[in-house]
Amino acid sequence: MSTPPAAANGRGGPPAATNGVDEPALLAVQGLNVALPAWADRERAVSDLSIQLLPNQIVCVVGESGSGKSVLARAIMGLLPAPHVHVTGGRVLFDGEDLLQATPGRMRAVRGARIAMIFQEPMTALNPLMTIGWQIEEMVEIHLVLGARERRARILALLEEVRLADPERILRAYPHEISGGQRQRAMIAMALILEPAILIADEPTTALDVTTQAQILALIKELQRKHQTGVLFITHDFGVVAEIADHVAVMRHGVLVEIGTAAQVLNAPQHEYTRSLIAAVPALAPRAKRVTDAAPVVLEVRGMTKTFASGAGWFSRARRSVPAVKAVELALRRGHTLGLVGESGSGKSTLARCIIRLIEPDAGSVRLAGIDLSALTRRELRPHRKHIQMVFQDPFGSLNPRMTVVQLIAQGPITHGVAVPEALARARELLQLVRLDPAAADRFPHEFSGGQRQRIGIARALALKPLLLVADEPVSALDVSVQAQVLQLLADIRDRLELTMLFITHDLRVAAQVCDEIAVMRQGEIVETGPTAAVFADPQHPYTRELLAAVPGRNWVPPRF
Amino acid sequence: MPQSFWRRFIRNRPAAVGLAFLVFVVVVSLGAPLFFAGDPFGIVGKPFLPPFGAYLFGTDSLGRDIAAGIAHGGRTSLMVGLVATIVAVSVGTLLGAFAGFYRGWIDDVLMRFTEFFQTIPTFLFAIVLVAIMSPSRASIVLAIAVISWPPIARLVRGQFMATREREFVQAAICLGMTDAAIIFRQILPNVLSPIIVAGSLMVATAILIEAALAFLGLGDPNAMSWGFMIGAGRSFLRDAWWLCAIPGIAILLTVLSINLVGEGVNDALNPRLRTL
Repeated sequence: MSTPPAAANGRGGPPAATNGVDEPALLAVQGLNVALPAWADRERAVSDLSIQLLPNQIVCVVGESGSGKSVLARAIMGLLPAPHVHVTGGRVLFDGEDLLQATPGRMRAVRGARIAMIFQEPMTALNPLMTIGWQIEEMVEIHLVLGARERRARILALLEEVRLADPERILRAYPHEISGGQRQRAMIAMALILEPAILIADEPTTALDVTTQAQILALIKELQRKHQTGVLFITHDFGVVAEIADHVAVMRHGVLVEIGTAAQVLNAPQHEYTRSLIAAVPALAPRAKRVTDAAPVVLEVRGMTKTFASGAGWFSRARRSVPAVKAVELALRRGHTLGLVGESGSGKSTLARCIIRLIEPDAGSVRLAGIDLSALTRRELRPHRKHIQMVFQDPFGSLNPRMTVVQLIAQGPITHGVAVPEALARARELLQLVRLDPAAADRFPHEFSGGQRQRIGIARALALKPLLLVADEPVSALDVSVQAQVLQLLADIRDRLELTMLFITHDLRVAAQVCDEIAVMRQGEIVETGPTAAVFADPQHPYTRELLAAVPGRNWVPPRF
Repeated sequence: MPQSFWRRFIRNRPAAVGLAFLVFVVVVSLGAPLFFAGDPFGIVGKPFLPPFGAYLFGTDSLGRDIAAGIAHGGRTSLMVGLVATIVAVSVGTLLGAFAGFYRGWIDDVLMRFTEFFQTIPTFLFAIVLVAIMSPSRASIVLAIAVISWPPIARLVRGQFMATREREFVQAAICLGMTDAAIIFRQILPNVLSPIIVAGSLMVATAILIEAALAFLGLGDPNAMSWGFMIGAGRSFLRDAWWLCAIPGIAILLTVLSINLVGEGVNDALNPRLRTL
């Protein structure tokens, strides 16, 4: 069943979406059309979109990449990259004024002071050459007439409000001197200092770690309630939506497919597309254990240590060292999938690269099926490399753009001495295994979407019939619906080929779905390890508890259809 | 890909004009023995005949045909420019690839070696080399190659360092490929476009250096060249301007057209630079 969106938001009739409250809208977008340049894959970035935002309300705009959600935000702010992308019709009413008709001077007065915006990557949104304090102060200076002391007091008060510890230091710091979470807090402070009526947040937590994300979401919600701000929150993550939204608008290919209260959309979605998106969100419930502990140990890692040293030069002896992996012990049984879970910088990728010897570890041993790999030189290791294969995170960077798909898949076997015609024939078979059209064989990677490329990467890894598959965040760069397909594919192949897998992820939902066991990493150490269900049900280490508590939308169980 | 490359290149008007002129220069130079049979050093008539008379570009101070000199001199210029560039690009690419791929002490050694060459003023270094080896085509080619490879090595090293971190290279290591296969079959094809662009522009520089060496009397004494013609004609600049002007214009137009072609290749290889 699918409800046409027109019926839901009353197109044709005056003011847009019926949010169910008879309160004057703070912001009303009516019939907005934004044209894309001629070379784009569709005519309009946003077509005939109507949406409204009430005071003291958080409206989440959800959609996959390319749905036009960011374009919507930029159209409201008058920040479209004209002339290539420009508004062709509709109105953006704010306080009774159509912002699309406003002069550039008027827009400058509105932006920042009345409608503020925060971005995904605060590092690029902040000027790297100026201190945080200077940038906030500049904002105040442009819009308000205040004495220096008054200005400073106001800024300090706000920094306390966004819970930046030691605000005096933050004010003097340059953007690169503080952490990602602190930068985003500073951005929020900067956005809120003029007490805007509307805050537009474009994926503000996507670049942050899950625990930081939880804090920032809580902060945005708290400040929004306190200042009665209307928030237009753009995200691709239904977990975040469940965490923060009052109303939800779902976009697809520039069209608003569904709008309603958070409870309606999340628990009883009407439109087919919304249902498919929600169905693709992995449940936080761990999978049932499907393997026994009787299987032989395939991978054994002992005392793995890696420290990155920097700052050594010809004339300086001062070396700064960063311990990335500290004496890690791991064992992985045949057919098991071990999830390596942790935040960025926890050392999980470094550990995987040490196991696979893309990075030379400082100490420690890796035994694979009884062979001590760490005792081998790089040259001696080469014939053994086929036993451990890797699936990489970036579907765009992990395939050589100059090779066809079938060459990419066959190059491994050919390197290990398989005759070329045989390797090519087998590569074509593998395409079917990863559910790609065999006609794709002779095309180049750039002709494929992210999910398809990731399938090619999986086929390349499988071509060598590895004993162990290391998957480093294989679905993090993918949209949620594609992510579900790739995860499903990985699980099917694993069961069919009885693959042993080391699965690295920062996403506990994904880990719950895929992994039999979980090892939680923090600052280069494994702080907790055990069967997934046990770790989820009864986390022992405080950090594991913190991680689980930070999963966005953890109290929301995605409905199944 | 090759087809769209060609279409993008031809649509670029200056590049197309440059290419057309370059083809003309190559045809005239290669066909010089046909169009102007005999020794370009041979005396054909009275000295200082002005251009567009009995002889297309007139005659020089000894009565040699300037047009024949231009055609034969073009052979020298183009040959020296091309061969020197091929040698320099090959050496530079090889050293840069090893330095960028292996890093560590190999990089240190190779880069200090490169810097050693870069610290010597290039043109003076070329003069010294040619003077030591005695002027001949081979010594000129060698001298130009020796002073030209360091920038290529630096460029390739940077490209290799960046590409080495790409995940497809890591994947190739995981597949168990040898270093040679990774360097030449995985990375090199991906960094070829900046090398081609730098190389095509280097041909122009090499032609200029060759002309400058010949002007100073360090050209191959048995080969007619544009630089030599300018050098020989410079004492008569006020009485017979065409002695210097005509080979000078030949150098100018050839170098200009090579630069236009080089930039055209660059734009066509990096279409993203232009579209948005």
